[in-house]
Amino acid sequence: MLKRLFIAAAAVALSAGAAYAQPYSDGKVKIGVLTDLSGFYSDLSGKGSVEAAKMAVEDFGGKVNGIPIEVVAADHQNKPDIASAIARKWYDAEGVDAIVGLVNSGAGLAVRQVSREKGKIDINSGAGSTALTNAQCSRTGFHWAYDVYALAVGTGNAVVKEGGDTWYFLTADYAFGHDLEKQTAKVVIADGGKVLGEVAHPQNSSDFSSYLLQAQASKAKIIGLANAGGDTINAIKQAKEFGITQGGQKLAGLLVFISDVHALGLDTAQGMLLTTSYYWNRDEASRAFAKRFAARMGGRMPTMVQAGVYSSVLHYLKAVKAAKTDEGIKVADEMRAMPVHDFFAENGTVRPDGLMVHDMYLAEVKSPAESKGPWDYYKILRTIPGDQAFMPLADSTCPLVKK
Amino acid sequence: MTTVLGIPIQVLFGQLLLGLINGAFYAVLSLGLALIFGLLNIINFAHGALYMMGAFAAWLLLSHAGIGYWGALVLAPLLVAGIGIAVERTMLSRLYKLDHLYSLLLTFGLALIAEGVFRQLYGISGLPYEIPASLRGGWNLGFMFLPVYRGWVVMASLILCLGTWIAIEKTRLGALLRAATENPPLVQAFGVNVPRLVTATYGFGVAVAALAGVLAAPIYSVNPLMGSNLIITVFAVVVIGGMGSILGSIVTGFLLGLVEGLTKVFFPQGAATVVFVVMAIVLLVKPAGLFGRSN
Repeated sequence: MLKRLFIAAAAVALSAGAAYAQPYSDGKVKIGVLTDLSGFYSDLSGKGSVEAAKMAVEDFGGKVNGIPIEVVAADHQNKPDIASAIARKWYDAEGVDAIVGLVNSGAGLAVRQVSREKGKIDINSGAGSTALTNAQCSRTGFHWAYDVYALAVGTGNAVVKEGGDTWYFLTADYAFGHDLEKQTAKVVIADGGKVLGEVAHPQNSSDFSSYLLQAQASKAKIIGLANAGGDTINAIKQAKEFGITQGGQKLAGLLVFISDVHALGLDTAQGMLLTTSYYWNRDEASRAFAKRFAARMGGRMPTMVQAGVYSSVLHYLKAVKAAKTDEGIKVADEMRAMPVHDFFAENGTVRPDGLMVHDMYLAEVKSPAESKGPWDYYKILRTIPGDQAFMPLADSTCPLVKK
Repeated sequence: MTTVLGIPIQVLFGQLLLGLINGAFYAVLSLGLALIFGLLNIINFAHGALYMMGAFAAWLLLSHAGIGYWGALVLAPLLVAGIGIAVERTMLSRLYKLDHLYSLLLTFGLALIAEGVFRQLYGISGLPYEIPASLRGGWNLGFMFLPVYRGWVVMASLILCLGTWIAIEKTRLGALLRAATENPPLVQAFGVNVPRLVTATYGFGVAVAALAGVLAAPIYSVNPLMGSNLIITVFAVVVIGGMGSILGSIVTGFLLGLVEGLTKVFFPQGAATVVFVVMAIVLLVKPAGLFGRSN
């Protein structure tokens, strides 16, 4: 009897000791997809981002160094307070090791603060704000799919070079919109153009006629849409209705997702220039992923955000494998050390400020006649090499960048 | 160029006209709400969802049955009213004797379910619905370009609002309706089928919401949240106009459209909140609303 008790005690002591020295918290690697699952960005991210994360885990084999990988998901409802509350609960009570997805700059920046404080990984594939890799950068934080600087450089440069040298901005009145407007204005002015004015509209406005008329009165050649999702869709639709595009003024959608083009229809969206980090029908590898994704998502093709989530999760798992732990800082260091090579980023690198630098693409929306089938929407006009597309490291205000 | 507070007068005219157009939507939606509240004492939180279903019905009719805009203008309200009547008969009618809060909770829950179902089926970005060929193009008014379709929306709304107001306030049917809400047993004693009258009224209120949805489909993208974006503003309109006052909701709807239009020029960031500021002021000064009778 005494002997059995002794063995039991020894077993308990042993397992406790093992837990103490265990390199993987909770004996598994847990990835949380935190994004908009029900609101305005749920088509461009939402369930598709969760599915993309699951695909990356499956493609990786479901285990890393023999440790099971688990994916959980939650809806941040585009509210920073809800986002940070979920992040806190995930990190503190539920053993989540990394948070991915994170559409919406407000929510993304809120999660960044919690992650930095807890020493956990956050990889943002949905938000655009450059603050993520500047003032708000973190050793364990990454920005994966695109940022407003890259969008501004891609679309802004192309439009000014085609003669669109006077601009008027319709700006969504929150962090992302103002950031996008500021970056684009810089590019326009640097290229010799002029900004004639701007109007800040509340997020999720349904009626844009009033703002469009103000833009029309400015006589600017280009109306820059520094907004996203439903706002961009409604603005483009109503610009056509009010004869603004027929009147010679052009629209430049600064952040346009393929899900937006799908909602607009090619008839309305044709001819629009946009910058994207991923287009499903670009080459063999991007098509292969898209077809597998569409089969799981009822025929919907992935957006650059969803493709970015896949790429970020895969890279994270590779780093966990190399680091032989899921401890935040060690994994983050591995992520920075390894190059990114997949269908999303052919020769991506992760900079000290956490920005994943990769090629971007300037695309034009096809006319209904040019489109060969469902979701065949873009012509890729040119590739913008990563080092030209993103903010130079020397300009980053991130304290982690050694100067 | 003449200017008012630094804004060219042409731009101001344009904005006022646009305000009137948006006001038309507020008026039609708040009309239905006021009708249902005034005659049935139900706070119909599902109104926005029903408006959304009207727009979706138009889209579904076009894409699955090939029925165009004009057909949808008649059929979509009938379809959605059918759903509304089924809801009234099976669920709402059981709550008439209880506090307002119960019908509010029920309709709010139904609205969430309806939005969830459409979001699951069609996503959030919305679906394209083209302006019918006969209403494309626009007129150049000198100070702005007025799309024919928007002109049509204002006209259709005005006719609908005035027609309803006359029907309720000036006809025998309207008198019966009002009597039936005041004193149901007495009106029943005269041989009027009061429950059927109530059901028909709810059905009509729902049909008006769905009609507004069809009118909105070509302008805004047809998406599952289009109703919930609007419904809060529309409730504010009803409160400002005076709960249950039909004329009040019509006039306030157009008026607030104008106020919002002006805000979009002078302080665009406040465009989403101005309606509530107006509501707060009105409630302070005249708690029963602009056209309401305090009792």
